[in-house]
Amino acid sequence: MLTAFRLFPETGSTIAKHVDHLFIFLLIVSGAITLLVFVLIMTFALRYRRRRGDKTIPPATRTYTSLELTWTIVTFCLAMVMFAWGAKLYARMFDPPDSAMVVYVVAKQWMWKIQHPEGHREINELHVPVGQPVKLVMSSQDVIHDFFVPAFRIKHDVLPGRYTSLWFTATKPGSYHFFCSQYCGAGHADMVGQVIAMEPSRYEAWLAGTAPEQTPADAGAKLFVKFGCAGCHGVNAPTLAGLYRSQVTLQDGSQVTADERYIRDSILDSTSQVVQGYAPVMPSYRSQVSEVQMMQLLEYIKSLKDPAAEEGRIKKP
Amino acid sequence: MTTLPAPLSGSEHNYLSRDYHVLSWLLTKDHKRIGILYLVTITAFFLLGGLAATLMRLNLLTPNGWLVEGATYNKLFTMHGVIMVWFFLVPAVPAVIGNFIVPLMIGARDVAFPRLNLLSWYLFTIGGIVALTAMVRGGVDTGWTFYTPYSTGYANTYVFLTATGIMISGFSSILTGLNFIVTIHTMRCPGLTWFRLPLFLWSLYATSIIMVLATPVLAITLALVAAERMLGLGIFDPAAGGDPVLFQHLFWFYSHPAVYIMILPGMGVVSELITCFSRKRVFGYSFIAFSSLAIAFFGFLVWGHHMFVAGESTYIAFAFSLLSYIVAVPSAIKVFNWTATLYKGSISLETPMLYALGFIGLFTMGGLTGLFLAALGMDVHVHDTYFVIAHFHYIMVGGMVMGYMGALHFWWPKMTGRMYPEWWGRFSAFTIFIGFNLTFFPQFILGYLGMPRRYHAYAPEFQTLNVMSTAGASILAVGYFLPLCYLIWSLRYGPLAKANPWNATGLEWQTTSPPPEHNFESIPTVDQEAYAYHLMEVPDAR
Repeated sequence: MLTAFRLFPETGSTIAKHVDHLFIFLLIVSGAITLLVFVLIMTFALRYRRRRGDKTIPPATRTYTSLELTWTIVTFCLAMVMFAWGAKLYARMFDPPDSAMVVYVVAKQWMWKIQHPEGHREINELHVPVGQPVKLVMSSQDVIHDFFVPAFRIKHDVLPGRYTSLWFTATKPGSYHFFCSQYCGAGHADMVGQVIAMEPSRYEAWLAGTAPEQTPADAGAKLFVKFGCAGCHGVNAPTLAGLYRSQVTLQDGSQVTADERYIRDSILDSTSQVVQGYAPVMPSYRSQVSEVQMMQLLEYIKSLKDPAAEEGRIKKP
Repeated sequence: MTTLPAPLSGSEHNYLSRDYHVLSWLLTKDHKRIGILYLVTITAFFLLGGLAATLMRLNLLTPNGWLVEGATYNKLFTMHGVIMVWFFLVPAVPAVIGNFIVPLMIGARDVAFPRLNLLSWYLFTIGGIVALTAMVRGGVDTGWTFYTPYSTGYANTYVFLTATGIMISGFSSILTGLNFIVTIHTMRCPGLTWFRLPLFLWSLYATSIIMVLATPVLAITLALVAAERMLGLGIFDPAAGGDPVLFQHLFWFYSHPAVYIMILPGMGVVSELITCFSRKRVFGYSFIAFSSLAIAFFGFLVWGHHMFVAGESTYIAFAFSLLSYIVAVPSAIKVFNWTATLYKGSISLETPMLYALGFIGLFTMGGLTGLFLAALGMDVHVHDTYFVIAHFHYIMVGGMVMGYMGALHFWWPKMTGRMYPEWWGRFSAFTIFIGFNLTFFPQFILGYLGMPRRYHAYAPEFQTLNVMSTAGASILAVGYFLPLCYLIWSLRYGPLAKANPWNATGLEWQTTSPPPEHNFESIPTVDQEAYAYHLMEVPDAR
């Protein structure tokens, strides 16, 4: 399946067919314009070709403003249709459903480290169940990389120092290449792997068959004590229970949603987004927490449920 | 144009034969000689950049990359990009053709600042030598884009030296742009009003504005990269609180307008060639002229479309996508106007015209595939794949190099006083057209299939199309090698050129081929619009 010669890539995600539809629309419009220009040029070049000895002076060109306006407006309208279609699709591509299962991806020169919520780790392979939205939360340990799955028609850069994310729902079982598509050095072309999409039952069997060492949340709980977080949070610093995906009011009165990026920034750049009513006393953990530890801490913080939230006192987005 | 002095037929000395001493070239202030100096320099760079491309295409014959290893391949594509962008495409039409032709076209004796003009060639050459030194000493592997933090903290190659070379040559760009702006403003001959200017000058004027405004940003950006590498400033390094994406904003703020520095002069050339070889006044003069300015203006507002998957916000992406579609409209206007100019013309297909028609066709394809990349949801899939490579080569090689070759053949008789062999000219124009399409069309398909750019080895399902592309590149190489041979041959053996071999309207054809040192015996005056071909008789078809 991976080696056959083909002119069109296989489709393995729910979004792929929408990208293909837009592609075909663009292909038809631009094909028609190309054909028009080529046919006109060829026709004029042959029809009005100067014959030997023909001294007839061609008529002076007249510019028809109506014609100019027509093709300007038609071109503009076509362009706006393309813009709107592309923008709508893009908005959808980067708006993951709430039900998405989160998988962490850490990129480094030149490999992909992947960890599932249940604790399973993989290198350059990503097992996912078919039909289940999967959200990748990605970060890099060194330079900029890019996670690209052609069969899913998705990609996004993976940056050092911050989280970016991607999501997809695989539609049929199979293995699909993924590539690093942001140039990252000598081993750039080796930074490839496979997404293995499996029927949910087989995915469960795969999970059961590869025992995790410990879940990231468990590891995070230990780090929470080790780094001394537990000494303040819940005591004289804001409690972290129920923090994930809640609305947080900052010192300047603005509100942010406490997503992965906010929590990460708060750990690394601890005085930039302080919660209203608290002093900016937390030290930065910038050089102390590795990307993998960060991911474990995040999973731990996300696992802290606030009992009040269950009763509906804190508004969830 | 009417009230012009008779061509100087009996003149003893032209700008070439005036003095043969080497110093008379190296210290010349004559815009024509400086144009020739640039021609020789950029031809050497083109051959070096082409050599790098040849090795890359050979390596990509097999999926595992049989010729060079990853690190070497990375240096090759960096060398190809750096040389072709900054040391060939940017100066090609402005510095070679523009330098030679602009004063002749406006009926002036030289550019406004002849000494600055010579200085710009020296800066360009010194910059080029510095960049070449870096390549000879071991190369640089960041790609021509120098993305941080790879270039600042991880690349262990000659980043600093290469950036220095590019920065020095950037000043040459700025000086050339400045010179053209002042020359076009102040040195037009009597009667040559703005709306009588040949469209080549409008496009070069727009180009010059971009050169002057955008190039300093490149210099600043490269200086920041160098400072971060040497001093560890932490502007782009996230570990020190910097932002690597900031580099991309700065870099593309120059490098997107730079795309228009590279294509606008080619568009100007096409307006000259289409009118001359169809004996027609151009259709929609003011629409073409103002579309050049519109491209220059909107070209500054679209840089973010290089970063749709780099982590910019969704709303910013919407804005940049919208603006990218707006900049497409003036380009489309040009194509339609050129095509309409051909209608009911008296068309002869000499070599320059073949290149001009090739430009229109290939630029159209390059521009339309740009619409795919401007569509946000589409770009996510094809970004950083061979689709992008194919797209910009259709613009840069299919468009700009075609335009440059057309210009070189069109003005060759004026520059050298000799005609090139017409049959060979046509033959190599066809060879280039076929070779080009065979090289780059398969890359569109490769890109949609998902082959990422900058891979020295690739998944086996991509091989067939890569072999086609390499086969095409070998035809393309022959196509470029032929003009090199016959143009040099023509310097000695080509038939002597008449003052106006194409029976064209521009002022440059009213003086001898090659022109005397100060261009015109007496300054001409103009009393009619550009491209008044309907007032001239038709030459015999060859």
